[in-house]
Amino acid sequence: MLSINNLRASVEDKEILKGLTLDVPAGEVHAIMGPNGAGKSTLSYVLSGRGGYEVTDGSATLNGEDLLALEPDERAAKGVFLSFQYPLEIPGVPALTFLRTALNAQRKARGEDEIAAPAFLKLVREKAAELKIDFDMLKRSLNVGFSGGEKKRMEILQMAILQPKLLILDETDSGLDIDALRIVSEGVNAMRAPDRAMLVITHYQRLLDHIKPDRVHVLSAGRIVASGGPELALQLEAEGYDKYASAA
Amino acid sequence: MSVSQAIAAGDVALLPSRRDEDWRWTDLRGLIRAMPPVSPASERRFEAGAFGDGDVLMVNGVVRGDVEALIVPAGERRTVRLRVIADTSHTAHGADLSVSVGEAGELTLLESYEGLGEGYLTETRLNLSVDAGGRLERIVLAADAADAVAVSTATVVLAKGARFEQTTLTTGARRQRLETRIAHPGEGATVRMDAGYLLDGQRHADLTTAVAHEGVGGETSQLTKGIVRDQARGVFQGRIVVEKGADKTDARMGHHALILSEKAEIDAKPELLIYADDVSCAHGNTIGALDEDALFYARQRGIPDAQARAMLAEAFVGEVVDRIANDEARDVARQWVATHLGAV
Repeated sequence: MLSINNLRASVEDKEILKGLTLDVPAGEVHAIMGPNGAGKSTLSYVLSGRGGYEVTDGSATLNGEDLLALEPDERAAKGVFLSFQYPLEIPGVPALTFLRTALNAQRKARGEDEIAAPAFLKLVREKAAELKIDFDMLKRSLNVGFSGGEKKRMEILQMAILQPKLLILDETDSGLDIDALRIVSEGVNAMRAPDRAMLVITHYQRLLDHIKPDRVHVLSAGRIVASGGPELALQLEAEGYDKYASAA
Repeated sequence: MSVSQAIAAGDVALLPSRRDEDWRWTDLRGLIRAMPPVSPASERRFEAGAFGDGDVLMVNGVVRGDVEALIVPAGERRTVRLRVIADTSHTAHGADLSVSVGEAGELTLLESYEGLGEGYLTETRLNLSVDAGGRLERIVLAADAADAVAVSTATVVLAKGARFEQTTLTTGARRQRLETRIAHPGEGATVRMDAGYLLDGQRHADLTTAVAHEGVGGETSQLTKGIVRDQARGVFQGRIVVEKGADKTDARMGHHALILSEKAEIDAKPELLIYADDVSCAHGNTIGALDEDALFYARQRGIPDAQARAMLAEAFVGEVVDRIANDEARDVARQWVATHLGAV
């Protein structure tokens, strides 16, 4: 489903991704682990199309379609969803308005009809209840004054509404206490589906106790330097990243 | 020196110029080389304005009908739609109107400035007064012609316990100044004075305000937000004076603006002059660009660039609109902002 081949990308002329190759088949959850500065966040931003990152070589496709040629909103409409490490606060835009605008923009881009207000509200009420989000909170400006846990739950709610094909979770566990981590993980696990791929980017193994990956990859100095099953994450937790620093 | 005096005398030398400290960012003398002729009368019927048909029309400097002043008797409640229309091109006119709200009376003044011609020069002067316990909410939507020079000056006198609320939204003009001066008696009187400016092209809007707190225990809350792009220029001059003895004054002033292009400009001069001892006063002034991180976040969720920018800009000014008390006016204002941001 997601296919990255020999991807090279720079920020301000500094090469961060140095020939990264990775395949995530539909229905699978892959974890990307690595030390700070390995290029984990860069990978998530390059895949989602953030400005300031220059792709110098290689390719990234989703279901055969070239992602790198598309605008960020076009990628979103194709099914790319990046869950931010630090979700942005949008003062003055109620969460509900933001969600409906995003959903309808994606539907429009795919040539689908806009969702009617009653159907939208029903959908949101249902998903919010599952995530234990107070519906009244959705009338407030998106993420403004929300706690770290509430912001992450809002990310999960957005996923649940937008139903992306490729989920990229960037350090989703940062800033979460145990209870919030559990709720967020359950939300992510509920998104697992045969036609959906997930890329879980994390520094620590902790998150992978809750979101069980099919494969674990070690990202170091801009390349995947090792891949394995879930046991690789435990090994990394025990031994650290040191030995991969030399391999890179 | 005022625009009205200059128009009356047909003398450009009487126009305010950059030599006047208060007008240094809105130089009219330097812009206008020769005084335009006086505007002709207009008897035309007009299509509905921003607030509908209008109860009182000031057209080319003439108040239609027998209206000499707007008076809300004590204890009564009114809504008045005042339309100030420039139905002329390359001419000049000025007009005055008094508005008074009696004791415990209430007025919602829905005021629209409508430029139907081009290159006109106008000054509108309003004298507003609110008696004890009265309330006046003034919502101003200013849509002048891009090449017009338009000045509107409101002088506000409040009695004890009066409440004055104002929201001014504007798209500017070649030079435009919307000025409000308030004599604040304290003694339970409260003021909310807000503005939003949305400027593009070579438009210029100058929001100048002065509040003089003269008595004990007055409240003023002021919020101005602006968005400028292209070569537009926004000017904010806000002055709050707390006179000696005006203790327990609570005054807050905020001016926040977004600059969306390199050649656009904001000039801001927030001033708090405090001569009393026991007061609570604060001001904040920020000028920046649209938050690129928030923009990317919105786009990552599927919202196209132009739509995301408009959404964030609308939300930015929305804070001013949200503070409008009158429900109907708030809806009209929100729609007005959305329409004009579509163009900005």
